[in-house]
Amino acid sequence: MLQRRDFTFLTTALLTSPWAMAQAPAAWASILGKARGQTVYWNAWAGDEKTNAFIAWVGEQVKSRHGVNLVHTRLKDTSEAVTRVIAEKSAGRNEGGTVDLIWINGPNFLAMKQQGLLYGPVTPSLPNFKYVDVTQKRSNLIDFTTPVDGLAVPWSLAQIVFVYDSARLRNPSELPRSAPAMLDWARRHPGRLTHPKVSNFLGSTFLKQALVDLIADPAVLQLPATDASFAPVTAPLWAWYDPLKPTLWRQGQQFPDNGSAQRQLLNDGEIDITISFNPSEAAASVSAGLLPATVRSFTFRKGTIGNTSFVAIPYNAAHKEGALVVANFLIDPQAQARAQDIQYLGNLNVLDLSTLPASDRARFDRLTPSATLPSAAELGAPLLEPHASWMTRIEAEWQKRYTR
Amino acid sequence: MAEALHALTASAGPEARAPRHLLRLAPVLTVAAFAVPIACGLVGTLMPAFGYLPAIGGDHWSLDPWRALRDAPGFFTSLQLTLVVGWASTLISVLLALAAAGFLHHRAGAKRLGAVLAPLLAMPHSALAIGFAFLILPSGWVVRWVSPGLTGWTIPPDVGTVGAASGWPLIAALVMKEAPFLLLMILGALNQVRAPAQVAAARALGYGPVLAWFKVVLPQVYPQIRLPIYAVLAFSLSVVDVAIVLGPGNPPTLAVQAVRWFSDPDTARYFPAAAAATLLLGVVLASIGAWWLAERLARPLFRRWLERGARGGASVPASGVVTVAGAVLAVLAVLSMLGMLLWSVARPWRFPDAFPPGLTLETWTRQSSQLAGPAWTTLFVGVASTVLALVLTLACLENESRSTRPVDRTAPAVSARSAVSASVWLLYLPLLVPQIAFLFGLQVLLIRLGLDATVSAVVWAHLVFVLPYLFLSLAEPWRAFDARYARAAASLGASPWRVFWRVKLPILLKPLLIACAVAFAVSVGQYLPTLFAGAGRVATLTTEAVTLSGGADRRVIGTWAGLQALFPLLAYLLATLVPRLLHAHRKGLA
Repeated sequence: MLQRRDFTFLTTALLTSPWAMAQAPAAWASILGKARGQTVYWNAWAGDEKTNAFIAWVGEQVKSRHGVNLVHTRLKDTSEAVTRVIAEKSAGRNEGGTVDLIWINGPNFLAMKQQGLLYGPVTPSLPNFKYVDVTQKRSNLIDFTTPVDGLAVPWSLAQIVFVYDSARLRNPSELPRSAPAMLDWARRHPGRLTHPKVSNFLGSTFLKQALVDLIADPAVLQLPATDASFAPVTAPLWAWYDPLKPTLWRQGQQFPDNGSAQRQLLNDGEIDITISFNPSEAAASVSAGLLPATVRSFTFRKGTIGNTSFVAIPYNAAHKEGALVVANFLIDPQAQARAQDIQYLGNLNVLDLSTLPASDRARFDRLTPSATLPSAAELGAPLLEPHASWMTRIEAEWQKRYTR
Repeated sequence: MAEALHALTASAGPEARAPRHLLRLAPVLTVAAFAVPIACGLVGTLMPAFGYLPAIGGDHWSLDPWRALRDAPGFFTSLQLTLVVGWASTLISVLLALAAAGFLHHRAGAKRLGAVLAPLLAMPHSALAIGFAFLILPSGWVVRWVSPGLTGWTIPPDVGTVGAASGWPLIAALVMKEAPFLLLMILGALNQVRAPAQVAAARALGYGPVLAWFKVVLPQVYPQIRLPIYAVLAFSLSVVDVAIVLGPGNPPTLAVQAVRWFSDPDTARYFPAAAAATLLLGVVLASIGAWWLAERLARPLFRRWLERGARGGASVPASGVVTVAGAVLAVLAVLSMLGMLLWSVARPWRFPDAFPPGLTLETWTRQSSQLAGPAWTTLFVGVASTVLALVLTLACLENESRSTRPVDRTAPAVSARSAVSASVWLLYLPLLVPQIAFLFGLQVLLIRLGLDATVSAVVWAHLVFVLPYLFLSLAEPWRAFDARYARAAASLGASPWRVFWRVKLPILLKPLLIACAVAFAVSVGQYLPTLFAGAGRVATLTTEAVTLSGGADRRVIGTWAGLQALFPLLAYLLATLVPRLLHAHRKGLA
């Protein structure tokens, strides 16, 4: 069933793209014309300084290239922007909305798509979308098993890695390369492991990654979780987590707010291992002075989950053309290469590099090198995200079990 | 509600001339400026708390939101935490302030205490909380000083400080802000009581200095600090920004939980959020009621204590110890601020180094382009709301002093006094109602008016809080103005406006500027009103600093929180320097 859906969707994508391409130049020129002078409010999580700086750079670029003013609306949580659009809809503001572009994926994307709050499909109209990898990097088209249907533009690829300080964990063979091994390790090193709080996506990702690793057939996770399936499928997760929790940092009573708070704990020496959804984050953090130069990354033997970050335009956005121009620039090879450079951001690109002109491909060969970066072989093929309902339910179940 | 303030500030006779009509509107406008948003906001929050918000499908009244709230994981822990933090920080603050006032009032330099406390008061709550977190973390500054030398720790101990389930860091940070506030309120109230003479009389009867203060002065001062204490209680029960930075996360306090639910993509969460906000309003009202009841119950006990006439006891050393504890907290607060500024100029600084390996301005230069926008917004909103509040306040006060007879100080009529107390209650309204209880309703209203997410909406939301502070700071010196100056000028032929501009303003410039600095500091510190009225679109130094405090690089947080703390300080500096420069040639005004 899953394969059929993927196939259907891929076919749609492949069929619509050439059609759109034929009409593109004229349509795109008109979009560029309307976009000039618009002010685009990009609602994006602002907890990471490098991302904020990258967004500021995108703003400079779209300003000088296309005359689009970009304003970064700094969010503590993406849901704030979703709430905002919902509030506007309930107040009857169906146009002239205050949110033009949202950095989004997962449950927030699902919520907006289900409630018809997104404008689009938009990807067919973007000239740069032809470079996006829609065959190998499947999460560019399927977000947490939800078909994107062109309603969101992929701009950054993520895959789970674990980061540790090799100056403290000196023996690589002792690194816990599976969920059960991690429990053993935590028992031997109490207080030295933690995960972001479960209401943060990276925190529930930690549990999800463990679940994928613990169950025999992860394929069941591609279907929505039901009342009937949830308990038996996640039983191994709780059997694993119950003994793990008291061995965690602060006896599992406190958790860092998010990934950067967790990274700060590693930098402070409060913990030894962190989870990260960005394979080059450790390297980027080293060059920014946020982590010691001795940090390295590892993954689970069975592989780790990967997913894509998107930008989407709300149905009532006031400056849709400007938002399209920004989205198109985000998948420009130059922007993608800069995003992947650990000197700036260090996010994996969403493109199929073989489709790029040679000069653009060369940009990816000139990126800042680092000993901290895991190789493609070390990373392995990314595993698909479980259906978003698993994450939602795991989070709720965790709150129910452990919040007193 | 408007009548109360009106009764106090205006009773213009039929002979009032045309410009007076405008002035007479001032009290009504002033009350409307903050009472209307609060009233509308409360209604807008109460309705969804009982299931009614048609826009998101709540089309019938029900108690379901309350059931959802009760069944939410950790609800009772959250409620308990809220009560513990609110009451503990208020009780400790009151105790500290009273003991310090009793211990210090007769000592040299007590008068200059205000100048020492002003920077602490000016510092935004969230900036202090962020700096305090840097200080007390297991990997924080305090542990770094003694590690590994004294402790042997090469890695930080696994002990919970920031975010501890008991909430003690949150209580400590609140006390750091609220105790100086109450102390200043007490010192201000002392001016209206002939404290030194009465203490001297009591001491002649054999009472020690501290005991004399507690037995003779406190009963006269207390009625004047009752409202500030209620405001501290309300604030501590419902604070959001400090609780986000320092409080437990799972579950957090009720106020933080409500904010989280209000920003959940699942709109069904609005209902328990509104219920939580309403419950918080109930908790605050019940707590104020309980405090009031305790005052009543304590009164006969206090009287019996007075009548017994005991002279001895350990009151001096006891109050000394408490004062020292207060001083330690003040030092910690100053260190919190220094630590924050140090982080902003530090090179990568790892545990257990007591000091950064080097200093650099790199973080500031790298952040400057991002700091600039929110810094200007902070400045604009602060100045705009202060100027609006100043115009309204001056209009009210001027109207009051021009009405038939000002409140007679020596023999206050009963009606005038009750009008004063009623209007003071009214002014305290924004400080007694939990912000979260009306801000969501206000946001819905702003969206309907098409005003949300605009800077003007933020200025208005700030005005709600800036206005009472400015009015309360300015009213006292304004009413103490010696009317003979005005009469002398009038007898020389000056019009009321000329008297206002040429005589009153210059004489009252200093308290006026200080009141403006207080108001500006209040605006800079606003987190929740900025977030809701600005819909997250209007970024100020405070909203950004709290957002980043969740986990960004400490050096970066240091720049945001540092700048956030510097703004009000600069305002205070200006408020003290400007009169000195302008009035350098006028003795007594500089």
